[in-house]
Amino acid sequence: MQSLTNRSKVVVNKEMSFGERLYLPAVFQGMWITLKHFVRALIKGPNTVRYPEEKRSFAPIWRGWHVLKRDEEGRERCTACGLCAVACPAEAITMVAAERQQGEEHLYREEKYAAVYEINMLRCIFCGLCEEACPKEAIFLTDRIVPADYVRQNFIFGKELLVEGIEPDKRIDVSKRQKHLTEKQAPPA
Amino acid sequence: MFLLFTTALLLEKSILVLALFTVTLGVAAYATLAERKVAAAMQDRVGPNRTGPFGLLQPIADGVKFFMKEDFMPNSAERWLYILAPGAFMFVACMTSAVIPWGTELTLFGRPVALQVADLNIGILYILGFTSLGVYGVMVGGWASNNKYSLYSAIRASAQMISYELAMGLALIAVVMLTGTLSLREMAEQQAGLNWNVWYQPLGFLIFFVCALAECNRAPFDMAECETELIGGYHTEYSSMKLGFFLFAEYINMFIACAVIAVVYFGGYNFPGLDPSWLGGLMGLVVMLAKTFFFIFVFMWIRWTLPRFRYDQLMQLGWKTLVPLAMVNMLLTGTFVLVFES
Ligand code: SF4
Ligand code: SF4
Repeated sequence: MQSLTNRSKVVVNKEMSFGERLYLPAVFQGMWITLKHFVRALIKGPNTVRYPEEKRSFAPIWRGWHVLKRDEEGRERCTACGLCAVACPAEAITMVAAERQQGEEHLYREEKYAAVYEINMLRCIFCGLCEEACPKEAIFLTDRIVPADYVRQNFIFGKELLVEGIEPDKRIDVSKRQKHLTEKQAPPA
Repeated sequence: MFLLFTTALLLEKSILVLALFTVTLGVAAYATLAERKVAAAMQDRVGPNRTGPFGLLQPIADGVKFFMKEDFMPNSAERWLYILAPGAFMFVACMTSAVIPWGTELTLFGRPVALQVADLNIGILYILGFTSLGVYGVMVGGWASNNKYSLYSAIRASAQMISYELAMGLALIAVVMLTGTLSLREMAEQQAGLNWNVWYQPLGFLIFFVCALAECNRAPFDMAECETELIGGYHTEYSSMKLGFFLFAEYINMFIACAVIAVVYFGGYNFPGLDPSWLGGLMGLVVMLAKTFFFIFVFMWIRWTLPRFRYDQLMQLGWKTLVPLAMVNMLLTGTFVLVFES
């Protein structure tokens, strides 16, 4: 079989030479390696991130807990077209569409909206295909981690967990993710 | 007058014994922490750091944990032996420290005080005797648990300890031939300055060192424990402070073994410029401890570097390599002594 790395060694069950049977050269070689690690750890400290005190920052385009965006006037962008559900390889998204009634224009941007919108976070593989499919820029993945739970039912996130708040301070910034998506989808120059 | 002298001697020795006991326990406790820290550093990790600054309270937390745990005893265990074994192991481990000279004689309140509990004229024999008793703790513990893994481990451990004791004894005989004494104090006194035995006995030192590793059940000879094959070996069935005793006694053993190495081969408390004053005496103690700690570090270093020997390899190394080597070493030393001292 062809070697991929050039680092593999063929193992032979040959008699050990006298030097090898002494063990000591190999022992000292090994101890030299551990000593190097020891000294390095003493001087520089290990690379460990000490978690609760120190948190690694997320990648700006981290794919986590979805958000359903509102537009500038606070209306839900989603029009329940179902393209995200179709695109989803994990079949995690379900929704029930409804027609916007008179007097609800300030709530929903389009005439059709999602009365129920659910993502099963246990099915979701956080691939981000729903974002790409969405024609209304309604759904985005964010850098929030879906919290753990004891009950499976609680992983089915409804609109109350997905739609962002109306108040400006409750809006969720997805500009980085948005930028990343536009760059990704731009035709190659 | 005689009464006064005896009282003073008794007092002095009791204080010494107490101090030594405390120091031994303290060193053993902190050796457990040091072991984990050294292991961590060698594996590019952090090690325990949650209990106090740098995890310095970890040994206390461990002790509390051991006391709080359920003291479980298997139904089919040999009741009394099962209880006796950890205690015996611990006792034997602590006893060995009595003959080690920790420093020169200091003059306290107008009388010379040797930093040694008992200056036996057969100190080396005493140590060898007690280390061979150590095997009883492991064997009895493993056998009394009535568990096949423990029994295997106990058998292995006793075979290993007995085999390596042989080479150890032979290596020590060469030193005895060279120094002409069995007393550890005299041995230490002979190695003034840098006139250490290791320069005359490099091979003997190597053999002794390897055997000391085996005697202490330390990797790469931790046949008695073998977490991977024998699920903890002879203390599989032990829990709570009984287990704590076993683990703790192993660290005490390591401390004592390192002290013996330092005394027998590395001049004990001697260093160039040791003077008989107060300060010099204390410096000697510090030097002795420093040497001991260095060897403890080497023990740990070896443990976190080398994989365990297979059982047959272990026996082969013991009987076919170390014993003949030790005999050759003895022969050479004998010739050397004969030629140069007559
Ligand atoms: S991220 Fe992927 S798996 Fe998750 S809901 Fe969107 S399309 Fe489905
Ligand atoms: S989130 Fe986007 S793709 Fe999904 S239903 Fe709403 S508008 Fe359509």
